[in-house]
Amino acid sequence: MPDFIAQWLNQNDIFTAMTIMEYWDGLVTTVHLVFLSLVIGLVCAIPLAILRTVKNPFVSGPVWLYTYLFRGTPLLIQLYIIYYGIAQIPGIQETFWWEIFREPFYPALLAFALNTCAYTTEIIRGAIVSTPNGEIEAAKAYGMNWWLRTRRIVLPSAARRAVQAYSNEVIFMLHSSAIASVVTIVDLTGAARNIYSRFYAPFDAFIFVACCYLVLTFILVFAFRKLESHLLRHQRPIQN
Amino acid sequence: MLDLKGYGPSLLDGAVITIELAFLSLALSLALGLIGASSKLSGNRLAKGIATGYTTVVRGIPDLVMMLLFYYGGQVAVNNLSDYLWEAYEIDFFFQFDPFISGVVTIGLIFGAYMTETFRGAFLAVETGQVEAAKAYGFTRWHTFRRIIFPQMLRHALPGIGNNWQVLLKTTALVSIIGLTDMVRVAEEAAKAERMPFHFFIPVAAVYLALTAGSELFIKWLDKRANVGVVHGG
Repeated sequence: MPDFIAQWLNQNDIFTAMTIMEYWDGLVTTVHLVFLSLVIGLVCAIPLAILRTVKNPFVSGPVWLYTYLFRGTPLLIQLYIIYYGIAQIPGIQETFWWEIFREPFYPALLAFALNTCAYTTEIIRGAIVSTPNGEIEAAKAYGMNWWLRTRRIVLPSAARRAVQAYSNEVIFMLHSSAIASVVTIVDLTGAARNIYSRFYAPFDAFIFVACCYLVLTFILVFAFRKLESHLLRHQRPIQN
Repeated sequence: MLDLKGYGPSLLDGAVITIELAFLSLALSLALGLIGASSKLSGNRLAKGIATGYTTVVRGIPDLVMMLLFYYGGQVAVNNLSDYLWEAYEIDFFFQFDPFISGVVTIGLIFGAYMTETFRGAFLAVETGQVEAAKAYGFTRWHTFRRIIFPQMLRHALPGIGNNWQVLLKTTALVSIIGLTDMVRVAEEAAKAERMPFHFFIPVAAVYLALTAGSELFIKWLDKRANVGVVHGG
């Protein structure tokens, strides 16, 4: 078996330093894109989720519409609308925004952030709505006002309930980010597509990149498991 | 009125292709899910290992990468097989991997993994007493499955199947990337040619929205029917 591997390594002209560097740059782009969109999505999702639980339909209605539209349509179409659509906005080519949105990275980032924000809003809303009533009553009995109650009681308790679903959303986002390669971004999948078309070697190019994604997924799963056990440490049985 | 610049009929054809693709992949994923769940719950260690490996790997890699692998790799594999068969046995065999088949196979395989988990949970939710009672009545294993486990399992599986279906429907848009002329592809070509992205993508987005909203209602109705005999506490 080692003979076979050594022979294969000697014969292969696909996995050279050049292509490995291409994959590495792709990995950096993927991580960059996914991380930024997740951070933006999460930061926007928390206030939106609170607004979504407000009783007034004029406040919660628009947020509902936003999440409904973005969760009901494919991310690919959202990406196309933003990527092709931004250039068509009248007058944008004269403003400084054009400098930013001319590169495909930023339209893709905007599309991914809007999409993940919609899903995250619903996840957090679900967690907020299922807060046990006793916790809120206790906070009221202590004389906490709405804001203090939300900040100290509702949100931390909701975070514990949301982390499981959010980890799935993060993994989904990593996997959806592969479509960035469609709008000429050279992410991991984009690198694999370039290498495939140069060598006409679909198995080498795509199986390698699939393994990269698999490793990234496992890292995320592991990290979230750690985070979850950290957040739920008060529920752990006492060890003697 | 919406003016689609003569792209209307091809958009409609594309929508039909999208729906066909979604239903065929759903059928494949349900079949794979049932097989996967039964192997995961079986005592056979090999079957269990294969099913676990399948669900772990498929859920760990992006749908697009898998689709590209199947579409480009599938053709290379078929070409190699056809060369081999001709040289070794002089059998003339050739098969063209088209984007539609690759799409159905890939989406079916991916959602088969999610369905496996759904069905596994649903099978476990059926009380063991029910199975024991069936055994006591002298039911064969097949009869127990068909008359006792399957109908009760379906009730628990429905919400999961519904969620998977909603995600599956949106995943079908990816098949436009490997060249299937579904409605996303037609809209993209039209948008590029006419330089009117909003004009073509927003109707397509609306069709997807209508499909997901419609299925949401249908699943709710099915769920109500499946739970007709269940008394909810509280």
